Amino acid sequence: MRTLHTSELTKAVAEMARETNHFLSEDVTRAISRQAKEEPWPVAKDVLERIEENIAIAGKGVLPLCQDTGLACVFLEIGQDVHIIGGLIEDAVNEGVRNGYGEGFLRKSVVVDPLRRVNTKDNTPAHIHYEIVSGDQVKITFAPKGFGSENMSQIKMMPPSAGEQGVKDFVVKVCEEAGANPCPPIVVGVGIGGTFDKAALMAKEALLIPFDEANSDPYYADMEAELLERINELGIGPQGFGGATTALSVKIKTAPTHIAGLPVAVNINCHVSRHAQRVL
Amino acid sequence: MEYQIKEPFTSDKFQELRAGDTVLLTGSIYTARDAAHKRLVEMLKQGEPLPFEVKNSVIYYVGPTPEKPGNPIGSAGPTTSYRMDAYAPTLLDLGETGMIGKGQRGQEVKDAVTRNKAVYFAAIGGAGALMAQRVEHSEIVAFEDLGAEAVRRLLVKDFPVTVVLDSQGGDLYEEGRKAYLESRM
Repeated sequence: MRTLHTSELTKAVAEMARETNHFLSEDVTRAISRQAKEEPWPVAKDVLERIEENIAIAGKGVLPLCQDTGLACVFLEIGQDVHIIGGLIEDAVNEGVRNGYGEGFLRKSVVVDPLRRVNTKDNTPAHIHYEIVSGDQVKITFAPKGFGSENMSQIKMMPPSAGEQGVKDFVVKVCEEAGANPCPPIVVGVGIGGTFDKAALMAKEALLIPFDEANSDPYYADMEAELLERINELGIGPQGFGGATTALSVKIKTAPTHIAGLPVAVNINCHVSRHAQRVL
Repeated sequence: MEYQIKEPFTSDKFQELRAGDTVLLTGSIYTARDAAHKRLVEMLKQGEPLPFEVKNSVIYYVGPTPEKPGNPIGSAGPTTSYRMDAYAPTLLDLGETGMIGKGQRGQEVKDAVTRNKAVYFAAIGGAGALMAQRVEHSEIVAFEDLGAEAVRRLLVKDFPVTVVLDSQGGDLYEEGRKAYLESRM
């Protein structure tokens, strides 16, 4: 059995915290550049060009892309043939967040209690999801999540009779109600099925799917394309000033569900769609 | 229209602005977001003096990242404004002339903007690095214990903002979307 020391997890998380807050993945930057070229509405084009400029400035490594450097969402896929030594995984991840946000001059945006609201001052704890998978490696996905967009996300337990139309209308309605608040152009993650909690988790995981990766199920690939078109037809535009570019990507994840249920979750991300992956 | 406006930020300088205009602001502005607004309004209720002069002030809804050595400020884009809606009318009625944030405001804020002939600007959300480059100086003036949420005085130069709510009741979020959709008919 392979052994892995938790210090490697700590180091990787710290590096990814800094990296994701300065550099976007190529699929995201490509989508923004494409829209900046193709956007027909002058005000919207101007905003998209300034977003491109922001990406260039942040890429120099001094100023983070956004001042909301996020709540650290960490997804761990742990191979069942790995033996992890050196302490608790949770502690190792939080140490990585503490180091990355401290040394990286990133904002500490976490309060220890949702109602009494005292800042933890080191951006911990991270929000960690664990999955046990086959193999002897550990895959870490680090996705700092800003709350301007998180606050605009919604979940609904629909009756099965709502069907495909009900689901699609709900997704579009959530984006319309969000309007200018989540810093459009947005990225939309949709979770359909499962349970209340599973739908929300799938919606967040859908935000991590590369824009250019097609859904393997043609039925949902078509639905993603249709939803993207409908959301962009809302005309909200970049920053809500009006225009053709309201969303950059829509991705759907699904799971089996109960005969009585049709849970639908919509998780919204801003154009600063940050995530990175490493395999240890 | 494009405007350049320098401090003092008296409301007469904002009267000709209309929703959709772009403005470059130069001068001192103050930062405050959720926790600072809550404290400011609580202080008013207690009859305590506020830590800065609200009259003719522009308040920027921002919680910047920590500044790296040699830099005046870290990344500094706007936060979502509706969370300040509960407090903004009180400050506008005290003479705050401008707010900078992003996103829709409630009716009470819209009414307070027209009543006081004030203005609500949007900065580009998610462009915190770009906005930071227009900040020349930053100092904490109150609530240091709030960290990123402390009240700071920022000296900005040609700070780019867009008029969302103007003193005549104009709203860019409604008008901009409508104009774009009508252009496609």
